[in-house]
Amino acid sequence: MYSDKVIEHFMHPRNVGKIEDADGVGKVGNPVCGDVMWIYIKVKDGKIVDCRFETFGCAAAIASSSVTTEMIKGKTIEEALKITNKAVAEALGGLPPQKMHCSLLAEQGIKAAIEDYMRRRKKGEEKGA
Amino acid sequence: MVYLDNNATTPIDRRVYEAMSPYLFEKFGNPSTLYSIGAEARAAVEEARKRVADLVGARPDEIVFTGCGSESDNMALKGVAFAHMERGKHIIVSSIEHHAVLNTAAYLEKIGFEVTYLPVDRYGMVDPDDLRRAIRSDTVLVSIMLANNEIGTIQPVKELCSVSHEKGVLFHTDAVQAAGKLKIDVEELGVDLLSLSAHKIYGPKGVGALYIRKGTKIHPLIHGGHQERGRRAGTENVAGIVGFGKAAEIALQEMEEEAVRIAELRDRLEMGILERIEDVIVNGHPERRLPNTTNISFCYIEGEAIILKLASRGIYASTGSACSSDTLEPSHVLMAIGLSPEVGHGSVRFSLGKFNTADDVDRTLEVLPEVVSNLREMSPFWRRKNVQR
Repeated sequence: MYSDKVIEHFMHPRNVGKIEDADGVGKVGNPVCGDVMWIYIKVKDGKIVDCRFETFGCAAAIASSSVTTEMIKGKTIEEALKITNKAVAEALGGLPPQKMHCSLLAEQGIKAAIEDYMRRRKKGEEKGA
Repeated sequence: MVYLDNNATTPIDRRVYEAMSPYLFEKFGNPSTLYSIGAEARAAVEEARKRVADLVGARPDEIVFTGCGSESDNMALKGVAFAHMERGKHIIVSSIEHHAVLNTAAYLEKIGFEVTYLPVDRYGMVDPDDLRRAIRSDTVLVSIMLANNEIGTIQPVKELCSVSHEKGVLFHTDAVQAAGKLKIDVEELGVDLLSLSAHKIYGPKGVGALYIRKGTKIHPLIHGGHQERGRRAGTENVAGIVGFGKAAEIALQEMEEEAVRIAELRDRLEMGILERIEDVIVNGHPERRLPNTTNISFCYIEGEAIILKLASRGIYASTGSACSSDTLEPSHVLMAIGLSPEVGHGSVRFSLGKFNTADDVDRTLEVLPEVVSNLREMSPFWRRKNVQR
């Protein structure tokens, strides 16, 4: 049912864990549906220099989280915001139709983490001013 | 390979295969034909009918062979509903039935029947008083399974059946999962209809049976020839039926001893998991449970992930997490016993069988804690829980 790429990321997920001093955290999903994804990002000079995840979910959810952290590391905020769930699914060699929501969760996770980063930065600027 | 998914299906017993194989080759005749290879096949089908009847304490002419357990359930519900619709259009089922019953009931609702879904307690038991209250003057059938396929809970079918009969309502039980694991006697239970399947008792796939108490009014699902005394048309699956007969014969002989052995292995697995892994919940009734089944929720992680990690190590089990289905909701059984969806998503069913050994259990106990802790390390809930402590 899963591509080799999904299984490979699921068995050996990249960038698992929390970033203690993260600049942005995106918490998406719903435990009722069986998937919750937390994405942590570290940003320097408008670039995502580190990204980690914690996920409660199925193999597709874990693989989507893992491949997404790989995709956005080194990207600028603008570039990262352009990543779609389709791109996530493609990077995994495709997902079964009933698992496409896992890639959507990853897209939402990045966006939520970046929004959180922007919010914190704005707050910081207001404080500074 | 460690196969712990025997409630899904079982491998065929070699003795079953050997009994079947002549009926695929030299004894290939159609039981409806007059000449000798036809008569041979007919005799073999009737011999198998006797053996399947013996497994449940029925008379051979009360057994109808079908294509699978699901067909048996369909025939029981639709066949009885259609035969009695002038008397009434109300049916009662439990909320933890197999989908073969639940979706058939839902279909009947769509075409104008009314269905009451009885709740279960946290162990998965139906309360006979709930049934008594649910029966109406237009109720034509009650269908409550003998043992649940996911959590193994055994229903008080004898009691439920007598409640039903007090009010003159027919009673069907899906015994697909109970057969070969529990002693079944249709006379003692009192049921009017009972579903069976061959592939759950080391027989072949593609053959089931429905016990229909003599005198029970029922319509056939499949119309055509006179096979099965007009109750199920179509040329008999002779080899499959012979295999079912052999599997039933073996089950009857070996069940008692096997049930004890398998229960010991199951308990060893369950105790071992409870000793080695924290935050686990055993689902199902502590005593009234199939001897081979244990259903365990591993909190903070998701079942499909557990199953795939186990499979990569050669251990096969199944999950009640339906992250793969369209609804995204965990199994209706786990929801009905009151688990929260998150806990339901983390449930795994281990179902043992006659080919399992103590080594299989020990291997599972060696691998499972590692799989669980590996997934928990990834889970945001696990860390948060540990921070909170």
